[in-house]
Amino acid sequence: MTLPLFEAGGDPGPDFSALLRSSGLVPPVPGVPAADLLISHATTVVAIRCRQGVVMAGDRRATAGHLISHRTIEKVFPADRYSGVAIAGAAGPAMEMVRLFQLQLEHYEKVEGKSLSLDGKANQLGMMVRNNLPAAMQGFAVVPLFAGYDTSRGAGRLFQYDVTGGRYEERDYAAGGSGSLHAGTVIKLGYRSDADADEMIELAVSALFRTAEEDAATGGPDLVRGIYPVVAVIGAEGFERVADADVESRFRDLLASLESQGGESQ
Amino acid sequence: MTMPFYVAPEQLMKDRADFARKGIARGRTLAALSIKDGILICAENQSNTLRKVSEIYDRIAFAGVGRYNEFDQLRIAGVRHADLKGYTYSREDVDARSLANQYAQVLGQTFTHEMKPMEVEILVAEVATESGGDQMFHVLYDGTVNDESGYTVLGGEADSIAETLGQSYDGEWEAGDAVRAAAAALAGQDRTFEADDLEVAILIRETGRRAFQRIEGDELAGMLG
Repeated sequence: MTLPLFEAGGDPGPDFSALLRSSGLVPPVPGVPAADLLISHATTVVAIRCRQGVVMAGDRRATAGHLISHRTIEKVFPADRYSGVAIAGAAGPAMEMVRLFQLQLEHYEKVEGKSLSLDGKANQLGMMVRNNLPAAMQGFAVVPLFAGYDTSRGAGRLFQYDVTGGRYEERDYAAGGSGSLHAGTVIKLGYRSDADADEMIELAVSALFRTAEEDAATGGPDLVRGIYPVVAVIGAEGFERVADADVESRFRDLLASLESQGGESQ
Repeated sequence: MTMPFYVAPEQLMKDRADFARKGIARGRTLAALSIKDGILICAENQSNTLRKVSEIYDRIAFAGVGRYNEFDQLRIAGVRHADLKGYTYSREDVDARSLANQYAQVLGQTFTHEMKPMEVEILVAEVATESGGDQMFHVLYDGTVNDESGYTVLGGEADSIAETLGQSYDGEWEAGDAVRAAAAALAGQDRTFEADDLEVAILIRETGRRAFQRIEGDELAGMLG
């Protein structure tokens, strides 16, 4: 690998994707539909605003058709220090998009000497989703959620996307993936605009639990193997993943309270 | 057909080296020290925006002296090289030695083939998890690579400053000790430095993924005492 030096006219600047293009490292767009291929899909993710910032959560299941292809896949990632990205859609391209997005933010920061604004990051991700549109048309759609702590405003913000790269800022909460309808409803009923992170973690956990009951592609807590949804809080301190033990105890409390109600609560 | 004047290769190289050295000597000096907390880099730099010390990768830092536009171009190329390599292979496969060799190749090539050699000296430093494992590569304008251990000084009066620093240097120093010693050595006898005159950064030994941190403002003023 040689040192990438460019003439003034062809310099890619702080854009890592442009650097990849000029290095010939961009994957080809699939020419045929993915209909016959069993590719893995990642499913339900949620993001909820709270007083400290934003809570993000995602279940751990990936499915390929009716098959559970992975039990321990992760869908919530730190994008950089103050933001996170959660993905739903074709697992392979989604993971790649997250990796590129993380690199893109870090690359920009190192080349320019300062981070992108939160809006800049959200637009950047929108552009990546839009660039994936030809692949999405073949069945490899990726639909992320992006959330972060806006250091200039001192508040959490969250963004939803569609396959065309459309970027929609949501005020309170957003849900993505196959279980988004159920998860969104649970959150809608439990949401309070002045709630703190702890309550919203609780709400996210219960939303994922309820969704797993209704949507086959969403995984619930796996108490036997110790696999729990990934939950993270993004606030003034940056992206912090909630410890598995904490998530586990919240699920156990939830199950205990359902049991004490005699399992009637549907 | 006109014949060019014959210039002995020795003379040609000497002229180029003199030219590069003069350019570098005009700039300010910079010191890097491998200490208990990590690798501390301290540069005399009045500007808050035009940086001499920067992050290349998780555990790798870059520092340059001489012409700003030339070493900044090398810095960006280094960031690109490291990010591309980490993307293609894995983050742990990015190392300072291969980067220093790449720099040496470019600088050597420019020195012998271009109209003008680059008037820069650069440092590529990689912090290890154990003290004693740190790597510091000092690359000269002609592509010469020196593997430094302990401490190194780049720029104009490097030799005399290195000598001053060498008298007190201790690998067990904490960041504050190293900042004070480096600031004193860079300032010489007639001057003293305030926080505004210095650019200080450290590659922290025990940390998460990205080891590079700047020491600025009040924190730096506190260390200088």
